[in-house]
Amino acid sequence: MMIMKRLMALVCAAMIPAVVLTACSGDKTDSSSSIVVGIPQDLEDSLDPHEAVAAGTKEILFNIYEGLLKPDENGELVPAVAESYSVSEDGMTYSFNLRDDVKFHDGKNVTAEDVKYSIEKSAGKLGGNSLIGAFDNINEVSVRNNDTVDITLNEPDIDFPAYIANLNASIIPKDNAKPAENPIGTGPYKYVSRSPQENIILKKFDGYWGTPANIENITLKIIPNADSIVMNLNGGAVDMFARLTSAQTQQLNSNFNILEGEMNLVQAVYLNHSVKPFDNVDVCRALSYAVDVDNILELTSDKKGFPVGSSMFPAFKKYYVDLSDSYPTDKEKAKELLAKAGYQDGFTFSITVPSNYQPHVEAAQVVSQQLKDIGVNAEIKLVEWNTWLSDVYAGRQYEATLIGVDASSLTATAMLDRFVSGADNNFTNYSNAEYDALYEKLYSTPTDAGRTEIYKELQKNLAVNAANIYIQDMAEFVALSDKYEGYVFYPLYVQDFAKIKLKTQ
Amino acid sequence: MMKKLGFRFRKNPELYIGAAITGIMALIMVAGVLFSPYDPDAMDASSRFADPSFAHILGCDNFGRDLFARLSLGGATTLFIAVCTVLIGVTFGTIIGALTGYYGGAVDEILMRFNDAVLAFPSILLALVFISVFGSGTWKVIISLGIVFVPSFARIVRSEFMRCKNLDYVRSARLMGAKDIRIMFVHILPNTVPVVLSSAVIGFNNAVLAEAGMSFLGIGVQPPASSLGRMLSDAQAFLFSEPSYAIITGASIAIIVLGFSLLGDGLKKNA
Repeated sequence: MMIMKRLMALVCAAMIPAVVLTACSGDKTDSSSSIVVGIPQDLEDSLDPHEAVAAGTKEILFNIYEGLLKPDENGELVPAVAESYSVSEDGMTYSFNLRDDVKFHDGKNVTAEDVKYSIEKSAGKLGGNSLIGAFDNINEVSVRNNDTVDITLNEPDIDFPAYIANLNASIIPKDNAKPAENPIGTGPYKYVSRSPQENIILKKFDGYWGTPANIENITLKIIPNADSIVMNLNGGAVDMFARLTSAQTQQLNSNFNILEGEMNLVQAVYLNHSVKPFDNVDVCRALSYAVDVDNILELTSDKKGFPVGSSMFPAFKKYYVDLSDSYPTDKEKAKELLAKAGYQDGFTFSITVPSNYQPHVEAAQVVSQQLKDIGVNAEIKLVEWNTWLSDVYAGRQYEATLIGVDASSLTATAMLDRFVSGADNNFTNYSNAEYDALYEKLYSTPTDAGRTEIYKELQKNLAVNAANIYIQDMAEFVALSDKYEGYVFYPLYVQDFAKIKLKTQ
Repeated sequence: MMKKLGFRFRKNPELYIGAAITGIMALIMVAGVLFSPYDPDAMDASSRFADPSFAHILGCDNFGRDLFARLSLGGATTLFIAVCTVLIGVTFGTIIGALTGYYGGAVDEILMRFNDAVLAFPSILLALVFISVFGSGTWKVIISLGIVFVPSFARIVRSEFMRCKNLDYVRSARLMGAKDIRIMFVHILPNTVPVVLSSAVIGFNNAVLAEAGMSFLGIGVQPPASSLGRMLSDAQAFLFSEPSYAIITGASIAIIVLGFSLLGDGLKKNA
């Protein structure tokens, strides 16, 4: 073992000259500062913001496009193309006042007509389907004057501003015939070129209305092979890579700062409540008592990660209640509860896990091992991602599944609406009258404070009924070369390049 | 006596070295499975990636599980899969080979063309197809690999039967009125044993590698069960930070394969 480590040190030492050489050739003056960011996949779906579906595409397009509103790093909605907005008393009409100084990347001013076109296109009113389901609720988009656009809804929707801030509702120029091939937005970076399966090049947009970006040129290098990410970083070919595993970061050399944030998802063993014995709340509670989250973190991620106790992650600061202590590990109590439910001899069930998510596969192994202690035999069933989507998520043909659930829009309902009885996305078949009643109350609660209180009650309901075996919001690691600083984590799946800057600046 | 053994050894060193390696590895695995104080699935956060010591002879893996206990169990799983695979291959291969080699004609044409079709695909690819149809898991891996292994044995047995069926002792048996079944399985089959045995050992080798390959790709043995390929796949994520995990697992596969490979060569020489 000792010899092995020395051998590794020797190999590393031999590699240092190479690293220094690349670093020298990469240095440039401030006026043309640049950064190479590694991304795991090409932006294949579409560069048109209204058609981009992959989270990996949308997080890059976030730098090119903006909506009327946009999310900031604190999880608040901030004005972007719109300066402000107001809601009519009946909650049916939203009026957006546009900023005067917003320019598209081709130099033209953003007009009210562009906004009307963009929202209508995004809502699927100009043909095609909308990627934002809630936009079916839009009745009409009308231009009141040069600075104001009114959006009328069919029914009031308290979360409408959050959907307006979704990347899929970005503002694009009306006269751009091919938005997918010639992407033009209003964001801090403009699109320069794309070489399929190789790279995408972005350049700072000088006419940006807000705080301008710091780095002049960005090259997004596509590295589809997970095994070569560490080599690309250590070799100096890439300056930054987001969403690394703890094991990958441990293999990086000292030229990188490892930033730790949260993935903004809720990793849990989601239980199918229409399958026996998960229709029995005592069984669910027993399993929650038997699973030791701290032990999972110790074994799989060097204790990095944030234990959660309900379907909300800490980054949603406003709504989050810390319920992670609801079920302190207590195997005796777990056995008692099982006995009470009539399963004193334990039972067998399967945990379906998508095999491409290594962290989930590892967590499932630990959970399976921990459940053995109370006589419950959890078999792990690895499936492909597409099989998971069709069988587990869409088909609900599973007993339990270990997965991370995230939020697509900046609203608490994105996490909580899936547990309402009969909801389309209620893949756990959770059905609780009290929960449904609480959720119903949201519609008749006009104040933000009142709704926030209900969101917290909903989380508590999930925790008390042990709706799922909640584990954690996983830690996310970003490797950033020590030449740069200023990386910020968002409560959504987003990479904000505009805030990254050279350290010497 | 010693002299005689020495002479035999010089004449066929592969056989003895191979047998020794295989025997020692098998013994270690049996000892590990039966006598290791550790549960191969028991996790312990305090001994993650523990270095080899008296407590853990080979150290521990990323979950703090004893590597020696897991390697023993994993090796046993891998060997069990290999044995079952070869058994399926030899059994069905012998039946098909015997029928086609002995009778020839239409039976031969139909079965052997079918055989050729299966052989035309790379074996691991074919196994992948079966797995995607049946689903993964230990028994499904055995069946998939077994099917893939049938054609090569069928060919070997067929050629032996074709060689033997016109030899004098077979003709005599036929003149005595022995039934075909009796001639095939009582008279000819024993004469094919040396050839089949040596190719079975080599096939065994291929089965070990195929299982390791499939589990490495994540479609073979499912966690938390362990097999050598599965362990190598897990070790890959820690290749740079904890190289000993991958090296120990990889070396185990290499040694087992080397042992069987030498044994197979030796048996061939003896045949």
